[in-house]
Amino acid sequence: MELITWPDERLRRVADVIDVFDKALREQASKLEAVMRAGPAAVGIAAPQVGWLQRLVIVDVTARKGTNNGLLILLNPEIVQWQGSVIGREGCLSVPEYTGNVVRAAELVIEAQDLYGESCRYEASGFEARVIQHELDHLDGLLFTDRIVSRRSDLFLRQGGA
Amino acid sequence: MAEHWFMLTVVGRDRAGIVAQLAQTLFRAGADFGEASMLRLGGNFTIMLMVHFPAGEHSLAESIKAVAEHLQLRVHIDPIDSHLHENEAADVVVSISGADQAGIVAGVTTRLAAVGLDILNLDSTVAGSEASPVYVMRIEGRAREGIEALEPVIAELQREGLDAVLHPVDMLIA
Repeated sequence: MELITWPDERLRRVADVIDVFDKALREQASKLEAVMRAGPAAVGIAAPQVGWLQRLVIVDVTARKGTNNGLLILLNPEIVQWQGSVIGREGCLSVPEYTGNVVRAAELVIEAQDLYGESCRYEASGFEARVIQHELDHLDGLLFTDRIVSRRSDLFLRQGGA
Repeated sequence: MAEHWFMLTVVGRDRAGIVAQLAQTLFRAGADFGEASMLRLGGNFTIMLMVHFPAGEHSLAESIKAVAEHLQLRVHIDPIDSHLHENEAADVVVSISGADQAGIVAGVTTRLAAVGLDILNLDSTVAGSEASPVYVMRIEGRAREGIEALEPVIAELQREGLDAVLHPVDMLIA
């Protein structure tokens, strides 16, 4: 299992819903997590980033300060509530050597299924919420470059009230 | 591709069509583009453009001579090393604003450099009115000795009456 990078057209496809929750799926998810951990300071990965076109994302911001939900493996995830907006700097394992400022919801509630098909619901905010939104975009063929509001610092600064 | 790179610097009074006409001329002459900064500064349009041009500096200058004269642009060419794909990400943004005063850029950047800030990008403008100008400067950089090392300088600038804010860049890679 290897990362694919833009302009691989698979990064632009809408991923399929997962409806079989078997051992093979769990093994595949484990390999995906290993790819994420091998990335430089990566805090999340989506299945399409390795050419696996199903709706599964992994998020882990436990190395960051602040509260979070720990290691999240989300299948068929959907944002069911959101509020607020923040601008943050993003890069992507699939788009090396490029970063930009992106607007994301500040807080969200997400519903998904786990690796056994059980329903789950999480609240996330701040950095973790941004990562979840970045990963969910991959499931719909979107990259952060589609959402960049500025490569320079002007808009970035507004979140700090400068 | 490592050789035959040039930094093309172009300055002229802003007018419609500068980028399109210059880019088209360079493309037809066989140039490949690298990284670029093209922006309006005080009514002037400025371009710094990395150009790969195997035919050499003299030929590059000749190829854009006519369009530069037509658009009243001043052109400067320097041979450079390309160093593409080596973008360095900033880990801090410093925002400074205050009443326009002589030496503000020199004073701020000298003190920040002394505590380990490598400046990657600086943009500034003079806002406010003609009677009461306000200098606004935003600096992106890497804090070589940690962001904490910059904090005393920021506090010092605030005591001197400047609006100075330090923002760590919370980079997300996923």
